[in-house]
Amino acid sequence: MFSKLVSISSGAMVPDRDADKSPILECIGLGVTFGGLKAVENFNLTIGRTEIAGLIGPNGAGKTTVFNLLTKVYQPTKGTILLDGRDTHGMSTTQVNRAGIARTFQNIRLFTNLTVEDNVKVGMNNAMRYNMWSGIFRLPGFWKEEKVAHERAMELLSIFDMQDMANARAGSLPYGAQRRLEIVRALATNPGLLLLDEPAAGMNPSETAELMENIRKIRDTFQIAVLLIEHDMNLVMNICEGICVLNFGQIIAKGSPEEIQSNATVVEAYLGKKKEA
Amino acid sequence: MTILSNLISGISLGSIYAIIALGYTMVYGIAKMLNFAHGDVIMVGGYLCFCTTSYLGWHPLPAVLLAIVGCTVLGIVVERLAYKPLRSAPSLAVLITAIGVSYFLQNAALLLWGSDPKVFPAFFSFSGQSGVALLGGQLNITYVAMITVTVCLVIMLALTTFTGHTKMGKAMRAVSEDKGAAQLMGIDVNFTISMTFAIGSGLAAIAGVLLCSTYPTLMPTTGSMPGIKAFTAAVFGGIGSTPGALLGGLLLGVIQIFAQAYVSTQLSDAIVFAVLIVVLLVKPTGLLGRQVREKV
Amino acid sequence: MEKLKRMAPSTRSSFITYGMVIVAYAVMEALLSGGLLKSSLKGLLVPICAYVVMAVSLNLTVGIMGELSLGHAGFMSVGAFTAVIAAAALESTVTSGPVRLAVSMAIGGVAAGLVSLIVVVPVLRLQGDYLAIVTLAFGEIIKNIINCVYVGLDGEGFHFGMKDAASLGLAADGKMLLQGPMGAVGIQKLSSFTAGFLLILLTLAVALNFIHSRAGRAVMALRDNRIAAESVGISPSRYKMMAFVTSAVLAGLAGGLYAMNFSSILAKKFDFNTSILILVFVVLGGMGNIRGSVIAAAALTVLPELLRDFSDYRMLVYAIVLILVMLFTNNPACKTVFARFKLGSPAKKEAV
Repeated sequence: MFSKLVSISSGAMVPDRDADKSPILECIGLGVTFGGLKAVENFNLTIGRTEIAGLIGPNGAGKTTVFNLLTKVYQPTKGTILLDGRDTHGMSTTQVNRAGIARTFQNIRLFTNLTVEDNVKVGMNNAMRYNMWSGIFRLPGFWKEEKVAHERAMELLSIFDMQDMANARAGSLPYGAQRRLEIVRALATNPGLLLLDEPAAGMNPSETAELMENIRKIRDTFQIAVLLIEHDMNLVMNICEGICVLNFGQIIAKGSPEEIQSNATVVEAYLGKKKEA
Repeated sequence: MTILSNLISGISLGSIYAIIALGYTMVYGIAKMLNFAHGDVIMVGGYLCFCTTSYLGWHPLPAVLLAIVGCTVLGIVVERLAYKPLRSAPSLAVLITAIGVSYFLQNAALLLWGSDPKVFPAFFSFSGQSGVALLGGQLNITYVAMITVTVCLVIMLALTTFTGHTKMGKAMRAVSEDKGAAQLMGIDVNFTISMTFAIGSGLAAIAGVLLCSTYPTLMPTTGSMPGIKAFTAAVFGGIGSTPGALLGGLLLGVIQIFAQAYVSTQLSDAIVFAVLIVVLLVKPTGLLGRQVREKV
Repeated sequence: MEKLKRMAPSTRSSFITYGMVIVAYAVMEALLSGGLLKSSLKGLLVPICAYVVMAVSLNLTVGIMGELSLGHAGFMSVGAFTAVIAAAALESTVTSGPVRLAVSMAIGGVAAGLVSLIVVVPVLRLQGDYLAIVTLAFGEIIKNIINCVYVGLDGEGFHFGMKDAASLGLAADGKMLLQGPMGAVGIQKLSSFTAGFLLILLTLAVALNFIHSRAGRAVMALRDNRIAAESVGISPSRYKMMAFVTSAVLAGLAGGLYAMNFSSILAKKFDFNTSILILVFVVLGGMGNIRGSVIAAAALTVLPELLRDFSDYRMLVYAIVLILVMLFTNNPACKTVFARFKLGSPAKKEAV
């Protein structure tokens, strides 16, 4: 399901299969300043309904800051974020998630003292309806919804073959499993757009290959868009349809993997300028 | 004129709070723990001074010095025995241990000196006068108040110079920023923490003498309420900040005296705490506290 | 036994906790009917129950929500004095003692819950030590205010005042209920060990079921990682409020039980030191460990009584025991041993 980028009415590029649908995310002139320092400036990005997009750039380029702006961990000082055509201005992190963005974190942030299954169930919290009293007095609503939640948690964990670990404490999992659990937890919130912050960090090549397959599988099964930050160029070039390169808080290139690989500015940003002979 | 005289008692009481709050703030800054036993060190200081002057007939000056030395040693010993083994324990475990130390000191004092209040001798009266009358007797400033405010200012200046310009002071600041990094730079973290406790406890002894001179009843629980108030003052000003402790202490003292004088004696504590809550709602990290942003 | 093994670990653990409490109650009742209990211990039974409830409810705030509260006794105080007044008012309408106890405790619980709705405002805004100091401040404010309130009851109804007993203008047949710094007087002793036992069961059910429901998971998620919890759509204020108010209501119930065990009670009884005492139970029992709170509260309330042989040295020994227990439970070598008994190692394992 790898398709070519085509331009849509706004002039942005999305995969051709998403061209007839409205994009899931549009950032227009997004920017943030921290005490005079422009961490991200004039950030424009459009992501198609089922696109796998990559956000790359050297260390300190502002990639994670973009994620923090999208999820409102930081409030943007400039620009607009349209999620599914809806302006997220003034929303909190919680509201943005309910509107359809879920994410993972570069430095893993699990609920370490909860079990693996409970971590996933926390992600389903907003899909559940029973109130505090049903919980305390164990009314029928509690049993019904908890049963559904248990089954769905197991189903989601099975994407990464993690059903056996359901009762383990999340903090006790090995590193790779923790990263995968974060993805499952994010998926549990039923997002339209999944943000993955360095999902392959610390993984060996075979684990990375497996992760790549799973990201594709997730996109295909849930029909959602994925935006990922990654330093593993092999992964990025293999699964991303559109790539956006950031340096010093500004976009220096956008396009398909082939275009990015042959872009002189990108090469310069990563490897430095060639000395003029 | 009563306003002025209330203001002076407020500043005087606030100076005592500030000196105690400094101890809280220094220990918090470095060991990241709330030393609940700090208030009881004040009480110990008071009793030491009381015993040497009343029972042994010492001159106040060596008595105060002995109280300072005694409390400094007590601070170091308590830190070594009770807090040092818990360096890597969760902060609440250390808090409970500090509470245990506080119970211990209070009950030890109860056994040693009994529960009946002792009347602290008036050190600061010269030629039979406890203060000077100004403006034709309308305003009376006690010597205790003058000495308290002076001592507080001297301590503040000395501490600022010490932490800013001496090797030990810099080591303290380094340890409070990052223990691990400080250790890698060759700073003896344990020694630095011990020194902080020593200074904090020495200050508590001074505060104890000043407190008992202002309010001359001495009981095993004498230190706990001023301790809580000073802790409040430290948070009020922004815990970890030295000028914050001074500001918080002074404000707390003034608010308390004014509330006592103009609203209600019984409700004065409630008013002090209510002001604290309002201030924290507006400035969640205290008046001069630093806002730390979590990195995501 | 087979069935016990097949249960989810959390369910099994909950049942062990209930079982333990029921067995303890049965043993105590047997000792009581056999006349084997010293009168000093007998007098402790209701306070033990109240402290167990206090410890479990504080554990909701400190262990489950992860916020240090130094003013939990304030809610106990509100519950206690409201319940005492309610019990006096209901004396003629509700004649059955146990029913009146239950109703007035419930009123006390609701009152504590209402007060907690004010306290929750800073709880949602502040964090860490700043929040701790605010809870401490609230506890002291509540104590101070109750110390100034005078309440009397006569044929015309309630009389309130802030000045003194005389200014209430009570009729000749009137009765003083709350006398400012003298506290509540003339309380009918309605509390019983059985009532305390039932309150513990209710508290355990509320606390454990809360923890193992979606609200409890959300609160623990916020404790473990606030930003991650928000990123999966958990609203911090909503769930923190639930946990905090639940905890306050339970403390109010405990206050009612406690107060109606004595003929008079002072506001000073519920001061900062009581808050600290309950916090000690929670930390020693293990943060987030409900069973640990029950055991620690019961054991530490009985301990000073058992140390009676040390007479004057009693509280000194108590302090030393407290320090030594903290040093040992946090010593890496001893930790593994304690972990086996699920005691004293805070927040390292799944909450029970």
